[in-house]
Amino acid sequence: MKIYILWLRQIKRYLRSKSRILGSLAQPLLFLLAMGYGFGSVYQKAGEGNYINFLAPGIIGMSIIFTSVFTGIEIIWDRQFGFLKEMMVAPMSRLNIMIGRTIGGATVATMQGIIVLILAMIFGFHPVSFTGVILVIPVMFLVALLFTALGTMIASLLDDMQGFQLIMNFLIMPLFFLSGALFPLDGLPKTLSIIARLDPLSYGVDAFRSLLIHSSHYGLGLDLIILSIITAVFLGLGGYFFKKIQI
Amino acid sequence: MALEMNNIIEVKNLTKKFGEFTAVDDISFSVNEGEIFAFLGPNGAGKSTTIKILTTLLAPTVGKVLVNGKDPVADPDLVRRSFGIVFQDTSLDDELTAWENMEFHGVLYDVPKKIRRERIESLMKFVELWDRKDSLVKEFSGGMKRRLEIARGLLHHPKIIFLDEPTLGLDPQTRNHMWEYLKDLNKKEGTTVFFTTHYMEEADRIAGKIAIIDHGKIIASGTSSELKEKTNTTSLEDAFLSLTGNVIREDQASSVDNMRASRRMWRK
Repeated sequence: MKIYILWLRQIKRYLRSKSRILGSLAQPLLFLLAMGYGFGSVYQKAGEGNYINFLAPGIIGMSIIFTSVFTGIEIIWDRQFGFLKEMMVAPMSRLNIMIGRTIGGATVATMQGIIVLILAMIFGFHPVSFTGVILVIPVMFLVALLFTALGTMIASLLDDMQGFQLIMNFLIMPLFFLSGALFPLDGLPKTLSIIARLDPLSYGVDAFRSLLIHSSHYGLGLDLIILSIITAVFLGLGGYFFKKIQI
Repeated sequence: MALEMNNIIEVKNLTKKFGEFTAVDDISFSVNEGEIFAFLGPNGAGKSTTIKILTTLLAPTVGKVLVNGKDPVADPDLVRRSFGIVFQDTSLDDELTAWENMEFHGVLYDVPKKIRRERIESLMKFVELWDRKDSLVKEFSGGMKRRLEIARGLLHHPKIIFLDEPTLGLDPQTRNHMWEYLKDLNKKEGTTVFFTTHYMEEADRIAGKIAIIDHGKIIASGTSSELKEKTNTTSLEDAFLSLTGNVIREDQASSVDNMRASRRMWRK
């Protein structure tokens, strides 16, 4: 019940900030249309097929990583604006606060991912099967949990939003660009291929592709195992760092 | 020293250090059940740190604290159930409505649904916010937010209510109204009131007992007339100044203002 009310709070906040929903859809949509149509013919000539179909799962991954890290980082605001104190003096363990917030943030990111999926389908993305579209939703949620927990960890270590730009430019952007969201992972230079292997988002995007367009680099089984392990580790670390937050 | 049964708050040789800095330096005091207790001191004297320790937000470096007979470090949840708090800065979610803020609080404190709904209605009527229950808190004025926080702090019927500078920035009407209610609550329900303030006449008028803290140490305590007698002054303000000196204290720096600016930017 307590975890539910924390979850509900996040959902209400999300649904009420229409400008935020629209704002965070603009970027993925721009990527999808500009790159999708811009590189489409080159991609086709290289014999790889339809670039929009390849790119859409990557863009879904993009909207999920940005939204979930952001909702995790919102703890800094809760702290600065005092609401975290209200939660911290309530008879509830810190771990449950963190769990409630993380599930709420991940739900928001998943909703955002679903909206991007639907938009992509309107703009020319053709998933292979309807089953895949349904099955991809829980996988989106797993990826969202992973990055919300990462955001929570970052938020616990930062004092204010001053460090936010740094995190975006040196952590989130590289995680996105090096994940294979925009390009195929086959035949990459050795270094880039190793980096992609170390990037959790690579497995997320690969799993989305596996379900949506039946094309996978690592294999869906391996994707899910790695995502689950990293999510568990990040949730544990997120909980640990969250406990250390001083009000 | 044995624990007296009627002491709802008991602090013994409490010290809190942040690195080299000693914020609270070996203080001892107690508050009787049903008392209205004022905790006074200049900025940076250690008031907020002490309140944070009493309310489980900080662990003491040394010393023993009992709130409603329980140790905030060993039994945080039992202590948390026994008090309500109104913080110095607002701690409402301004993207939620007034009613939702109350409901959220009631759920976190396990107030059963039926009782919760009844109490929310009567408390919000009392603070004259019931007709605004479905408005988002961000549309509220400072005074309305304060009133809502007081109503929220009382929702789970705490034995103690902590108020950290609750009347800061409120107009005299709201201030009087608030104190009338708290005095009434104190009389009828026996709720212990623990508050800090910079308005000396307020402490003089309302508090049964006063403790003055400065540089992390309690330098005087007693009733208002005892403090005046001790310092040979005629007002509590003069007594306070005679005890703490006239030097202006630096307030703690805060990055909240920067935050507000950057939040606006990111919310666009």
